[in-house]
Amino acid sequence: MASKLKVATCSLAGCFGCHMSLLDIDERLLDLLEVIEFDRSPINDLKRIEGMVDLGLIEGGLCNSENVHVLRHFREHCRILVSVGECAVTGGIPSMRNHYSLRECLDEAYIRGVGVENAQIPSDAELPLLLDKLRPLHEVVRIDHHLPGCPPSADAFWHFLTELIAGRDPSLPLQLLRYD
Amino acid sequence: MPQATAAPVQEALLPILQRFDTDSQNLLQILVEIQHALHCVPPEAVDLVAAHLGATRAHVRGVVGFYSFLSDHYLGDYVIHLSDNVTDRMLGNRELAEYLCSRLGVKLGKVRADGRASVNFTSCTGMCDQGPAALVNGLAVTRLSRERIDRMVELITARTPVSAWPAEFFEVEDNFRRSDVLFRRPFEPGAAIQAAMLRGGDETLKDIQLEEAVDPASGTLWKRGADETLKELYRSDLRGRGGAGFKAAIKWETCRDTAGGERYVVCNADEGEPGTFKDRVLLHTYADMVFEGMTVCGYVVGSGLGILYIRQEYWYLKPHLEAVLARRREAGLLGGNILGTGFAFDIDLHWGAGAYICGMESAMIESIEGKRGKPRKRWPLPVVAGVRKCPTVVNNVETFAAAGMIALKGGAWFAAHGTMHSTGTKLFCVSGDCERPGIYEYPFGVSVREILRDCGGSEAQAVQVSGPSGTTITRSEFDRVLAYEDLSSVGTMMVFGPGRDMFEVVENFSHFFQHESCGLCTPCRVGTSLLVNLVDKVARGKGSPMDLDEIQKLSHIMKTTAHCGLGQTAPNHLLDSLLKFRPVWDARMMTTEFEPAFDLDEALEEARQLSGRDDAGAHL
Repeated sequence: MASKLKVATCSLAGCFGCHMSLLDIDERLLDLLEVIEFDRSPINDLKRIEGMVDLGLIEGGLCNSENVHVLRHFREHCRILVSVGECAVTGGIPSMRNHYSLRECLDEAYIRGVGVENAQIPSDAELPLLLDKLRPLHEVVRIDHHLPGCPPSADAFWHFLTELIAGRDPSLPLQLLRYD
Repeated sequence: MPQATAAPVQEALLPILQRFDTDSQNLLQILVEIQHALHCVPPEAVDLVAAHLGATRAHVRGVVGFYSFLSDHYLGDYVIHLSDNVTDRMLGNRELAEYLCSRLGVKLGKVRADGRASVNFTSCTGMCDQGPAALVNGLAVTRLSRERIDRMVELITARTPVSAWPAEFFEVEDNFRRSDVLFRRPFEPGAAIQAAMLRGGDETLKDIQLEEAVDPASGTLWKRGADETLKELYRSDLRGRGGAGFKAAIKWETCRDTAGGERYVVCNADEGEPGTFKDRVLLHTYADMVFEGMTVCGYVVGSGLGILYIRQEYWYLKPHLEAVLARRREAGLLGGNILGTGFAFDIDLHWGAGAYICGMESAMIESIEGKRGKPRKRWPLPVVAGVRKCPTVVNNVETFAAAGMIALKGGAWFAAHGTMHSTGTKLFCVSGDCERPGIYEYPFGVSVREILRDCGGSEAQAVQVSGPSGTTITRSEFDRVLAYEDLSSVGTMMVFGPGRDMFEVVENFSHFFQHESCGLCTPCRVGTSLLVNLVDKVARGKGSPMDLDEIQKLSHIMKTTAHCGLGQTAPNHLLDSLLKFRPVWDARMMTTEFEPAFDLDEALEEARQLSGRDDAGAHL
């Protein structure tokens, strides 16, 4: 039997909703695990990808420098990299802050926020700095496929992954792109 | 500062409103007059106009927001718009803009603090053969130079009204370099209408007075003349000169045969395709021919009203056109009793307000109805349900001019010129790197090489045929011919000499389409912006082959899914350039790996300042 495909996943500026939706494929997860194995992923809590993996799935956009480092790490270690869900594809809800300056956002949260004591903008070498604008993934690295949806439905995940694993074009059919 | 306040607004507005009845179709024309009077459409004016027409304020504001030349804030005592076509850029308009701004002490796009003046760029103003061009308080200024700008600044500083500026600033030349059968001889006003009405009569009739020959009550000869003129139009095989090439006779007959009360004849003089200026010359020097063609059309299809929809950039032609119309009314060539036959037809002027999309016929009809110029759904066609949902013929200025001559001289005469599927002659607007830019009339079938030789542009490395939405052709293609069989065209020929960087051409064109997208459909509204982002990214040396693939992909989506011709043709110049001028793209490729369009470390700068950090972890 051919060796299993290695798959890594992570969530950047996302809500983990896309990961939850992946788990919603329910018992089909067992079929999936017949042909793939997870490398770095919240599912097994591995922190780094060792060597190369076949497929990387990234949920969420880029809000800070750490997100950028993780994204670059994935790009370097994934043969195929997929932008998963609204936030990764377009920036999504977190990108609503792009209408304001970073100072306005931080003032609202840490200076003028209700109930804030000892008001100050956090500064610590351990905290990743925020980017001035939230960015979708494809603006920073090459992305091979986009899997849209908020979140992509379990069926969308299933269709996308099975088609891709079978070596076919994983584009979603119309019924999986309709949200009304 | 002469910022408009409520009382003067009302004072200025009343005479304008009095000239227009309360038909909501007048909205755009009223707003154009207000903009000219006040250099803005202030909120008080929006209220007054809304009340006058019984429209909502939101509707009025929506129309103000749509058109480039309407503004909700005061643009200054002197409003300067600099034409920004690629031909203006080739003549150095960017340096002149900088010079003008520094001399006036204004920032581009901002009104000077004392309200004296503002300077903005605008899309091509149709003066490509005598640029760099501008509009000052709506009037066309040609051949800008540092000297001319110095004098303009003096006049502005001295508060000299534009009406007292030197006439030479506003001189617009025809530059009609080559005429053929259509425009070679002077046109006798009335001759075409008379010929149309007498068509099909026996020879003896031609010797007697028209009013004796026609019986308005029974309309026998009247109808026969119209039918026979339509047959001549079929014989001529005249195709629309706006670029699409639809057969005029089919359009006219469909309009005539469609049931409906009123019928309209609309002449499309929006001429927004950058590099095009033939309609300007026709309306200046051959206005009688154009109006005559419209009148013949009214006679054939049974219409009583013609509308000349003319772009705002040609506002300087207003007194001239109104005088020609008045003269024609006096001569019995327009009005309630044309040539004494009882046939009634008149022509109204409708002014655009700065929107390329309004050259698209259904968007133009929306604009004629006083609304935002958004294209309608494809069906029903305007010929069946156009202005006020009535059957409407929309033809190009040049088409009407040709139709008038066909009525006069017959279809066979016309069809003897040109090629099998492209009869007659065509006007070409030549601009760019050539010795003799201007208007050239050739029979269809002329080669690009022949035109380049005649205009003194044989050295060219490329020619943009039919404007940014058309085709880019290179030296190896100069033997291609201008005809519907090969290169169909509205007549625009922008010539690029050997020293030109062809990448600057796509930069200009892609920004043009982004600005002019009407916003109705997503593929065009978003697509034109994404294309600009990618072109700008390549220009900054951040491009990679992946970005070029992305341009191809986006172009395909736009060509296949955009709502109208604007979005469908907007990527043409990029695809042509990638195919034919790949080296100018490759020269800007600094990497084969994908790179962000922006500087990531720069994106952390604000956060560094806010947190006071500058350690290694604070950089990317």
